Formats: sequence, C-alpha cells, structure tokens
Amino acid sequence: MRIGYAPRPAANNNKMLNHTMSIDSLNIDVLLDNLELAIRQQIGERKLQNPLLIGIHSGGAWIARHMHLRLGISEPLGLLDITFYRDDFSQIGMHPKVKTSQLPPHLEGRDIILIDDVFYSGRTSRAALNEIFDYGRPNQVVLAVLIERNGRQIPLQPDCRGIRIDLAEGQRIKLTGPDPLGIEIQDLAGVAA
Amino acid sequence: MTRHLQLTEQGKLKHFLTIEGLDRDLLTEILDTAESFVGMSEHQVKKVPLLRGKTIVNLFFENSTRTRTTFELAATRLSADVLNMDIARSATSKGESLLDTIRNLEAMQVDMFVVRHALSGAAHFIAQQVAPHISVINAGDGQHAHPTQAMLDMFTIRQHKKQFEGLKVAIVGDILHSRVARSQILALNALGVSEVRVIAPKTLLPAQVKTMGVTPIHDMDEGLADVDVVIMLRLQKERMNSAFLPSESEFFRCFGLTEAKLQRAKTDAIVMHPGPINRGVEIASSVADGPQSVILQQVSNGVAVRMAIMSMAMQSGGTA
Repeated sequence: MRIGYAPRPAANNNKMLNHTMSIDSLNIDVLLDNLELAIRQQIGERKLQNPLLIGIHSGGAWIARHMHLRLGISEPLGLLDITFYRDDFSQIGMHPKVKTSQLPPHLEGRDIILIDDVFYSGRTSRAALNEIFDYGRPNQVVLAVLIERNGRQIPLQPDCRGIRIDLAEGQRIKLTGPDPLGIEIQDLAGVAA
Repeated sequence: MTRHLQLTEQGKLKHFLTIEGLDRDLLTEILDTAESFVGMSEHQVKKVPLLRGKTIVNLFFENSTRTRTTFELAATRLSADVLNMDIARSATSKGESLLDTIRNLEAMQVDMFVVRHALSGAAHFIAQQVAPHISVINAGDGQHAHPTQAMLDMFTIRQHKKQFEGLKVAIVGDILHSRVARSQILALNALGVSEVRVIAPKTLLPAQVKTMGVTPIHDMDEGLADVDVVIMLRLQKERMNSAFLPSESEFFRCFGLTEAKLQRAKTDAIVMHPGPINRGVEIASSVADGPQSVILQQVSNGVAVRMAIMSMAMQSGGTA
C-alpha cells in the first residue's frame, strides 16, 4: 500500500517524505520534483499526445507554471478560474475578483493535464472538469496536484501528486506564492504553524 | 430608504432600482464583476452555470426590444430560465392590477423580476411588495431611472479612459425626459468624475438641474470644449406633450453632434449614445459610425453588465 507515501523520485535520492514526518519538513522543491516525475510517468503510461497543461487559479496556476517550464512544453499554459462553476454560489455569493479563464478555443480530442495546488474535498476538481467540458470534449484528463490531503467528499482523486498527507481535525494546508512558493499549515483558530 | 431597500443587512446588492443610495465601492464592484463576464461572448460555449435553475421574469409594461433582449441574453448566459411577459396580451388588458400580476407570478416560484414601466417608482413599488427571496431589477421606470444603462455606460467609459478622476463628461439633448440621463449623472458623480455638463436648450432641462450636481450649458460649442466623453441622448418625442422644440432640424443645427462640433472636444474623446439613435436629429451619421464612436461597444457591454447585476442581486437569494 502506498497511501501516505510520495513516489520515490529517483533511486539514489533519499529525500522521500512520509506523513509521519513533521509537516515543517515539507520542502517545496522536493514536492515539485516529485510532481514532475509523477506527471512524466503518467504521460508515458497514459500515452498522452501533445498534452495541454491547465492550471487552476490561483495556486494551481503557480504550480502549473513550474511544471510548464520543467516539462519544456511550448504551447502556452491554459488557465482556469472556476468561480462561476463552484457549487456553493448560493451560500457564499460572488467574489468580484474573478480572473478570466484562458484556454485554447478548441479542446476537442485533446489530452489535458489539469494541475492544482491542494486536493481536499474534490469540489474544485469537479468544477474544473465541468468548465473544461463546456469548452469541448477532451480525449482524456489527468489530474495532478502538489499536495493531496485527507477529507475527500466527492468520488474523485488525483492521478499524480507531489505528496499525500493526513491533517488533524481543523487543520488546513495552503500554498503561498507566487514567488517564493511556500506551504502554510493553519489550524481552525487561524494560527499559522 | 432607497439604500436600505436595495441592499441586504450585510450591504450586498438585493434589488437594483436606482443609482441613488449606492456608494462608489458597490458601483465599482459591479464594474469589476462585469469585467469577468466580458470575454464570454468569444467562447464557444457562451454560458456559465451561475444561475442554473433560477427563473427570471421580464415584466415589460413599456415597449422595448433592445433592453429586453439584452436582459434575456444576460439571463440565459447565466443559465437561468427566462419568462417574457407579453403585457399587452396579458391579463393587464383585462384589468388585472399590477400587484395581482406580481402575486400570480410569485405563486409560480420565480426568483427575479426585471421591470420596465411607464410610471416613475414602479420598480420601487414592486420591490417593496415582493416575497423576501425575490430580487427586482429596474429596466426603466417613467422618467425616473434606468440604472443598468447607466452602469453599462460607466463600464464603457472605464474601458476607454481607465479611471474616472479628472474626466469631463458632457450629456447632450433631452435631459428633461431622460431617465437614462438622471441615472448617468448620479453614477458619474458617485464615481468621482471631475465635471458633468448637461447641454440642452432650456426647454429640455429640468428646472432645478443644478441641484443634480451638473453644469448646465445652452451652447454646444462652449459645452463640448475639452471634454473627454460626449453622451448624446435621443429626443424623447413620445414623452413630449407640448412645444419643446421648433423643429428637429433646428435641434440638429444647434445641438446635434457633427464632426465639426466634435472637434471642440479632446482629440481622444469618445462618443456615446444609449440608443436607438436618430441619425440627423441628435447625431450625424458620420459621427455615429466614426472612429470616436463607441456606441456598439455599449451594446455588447450591456450584456456583461446586466449579467453582473443579476448575479450580484441573486446571490442573496433565500436570505433576507
């Protein structure tokens, strides 16, 4: 069982992280390395052709920019703002600072790598998929996240991740950035660890 | 009172009836929200699911194709269902009162009314009477207000001029009968432009016009000097019931916007008109179709701005 363990980056790299280690030791560069490797594995296994990278605003877009560089993809990065596809509009209302989504006009038949920073309940991924499918019918979508944490509420899960961690009741994890990127753990009282 | 009617306890938009009582921050929020809807018309799928399952009723007691269709388009792009009430053929002609019409529609579980009426205050009246979860948008009431038009005009100005500070804006024509002008003046002042000039013959200006925070000018050349924005208004002939003008050609000679008159404004001044335009009456064709005219952009901005207003008003649905 590989739950809680990130994929081993390279045979001679001993920086493998597991969930029993202190959260303080989460190293962003190592996570990016892990994620890059995992994505490369998926590209091979799933035989992705000319994949389109799409980052979900805001944190996912930051991560996607890194992956875009590391994977050496020439096609411009796609950006997705899921505000209009959220399922909680009637509870929380409009957020005026909506960024526009930037996707190529035709997604028919494309292989897509959808990138986000944290996978938690699964609702963001669902909203992103809904929006992507409104643009056209992709061939396949691979979901890649920097951090996967416990607390899933929808039967969706990432295809690749930088790390999977378990947080305690009331804890939240957040990516800060864009430069430098950082990881912040907060508890319910809002105190950063 | 108007502010309290339009806003929830948390200060969020609930009804959109008039610019009066709304502060600069809220008006700016409307413009910013509209910004995010602008690009949608270029997408393949021109829809977002924001108002899916909601029913919006277009209650137009006064004739309108343009405004009604842009509201309809805005609603459908938000994935809402639209009901167009054909008032002339409805029970109103059988003597049904306004309130009964509203109650009947409420009983069909609708969520929003977009109202245009010949009497000033109609939208306010409806907003005070509707069930708590329903929002009301004023699409023009009598001579009082046309706030969504004013907002799309502000949006268009911001697109071209980037900010409102320091702008000189001239509104030309039939101010007296124009609900659009009243709303525009309120919005321009709330957003902090440098000066609002109203240019018209005395017969077409309200008596106490200076109290609206404008500079009245009766000479076009003087009024257009150095302005950044020129807004032309249509002669509201259908609202004129006495001798306001000698003739349309006389009006055009004195107050019509020609290329020559436009030279008085700044070289990068923009020309606006809420439409429909009467070519050769308030504006020359060459100007209406010319490089400084942004009239068609106003129309496309109208959909995005109405999407913003409707979604902001609907977000408090279900809460008082």
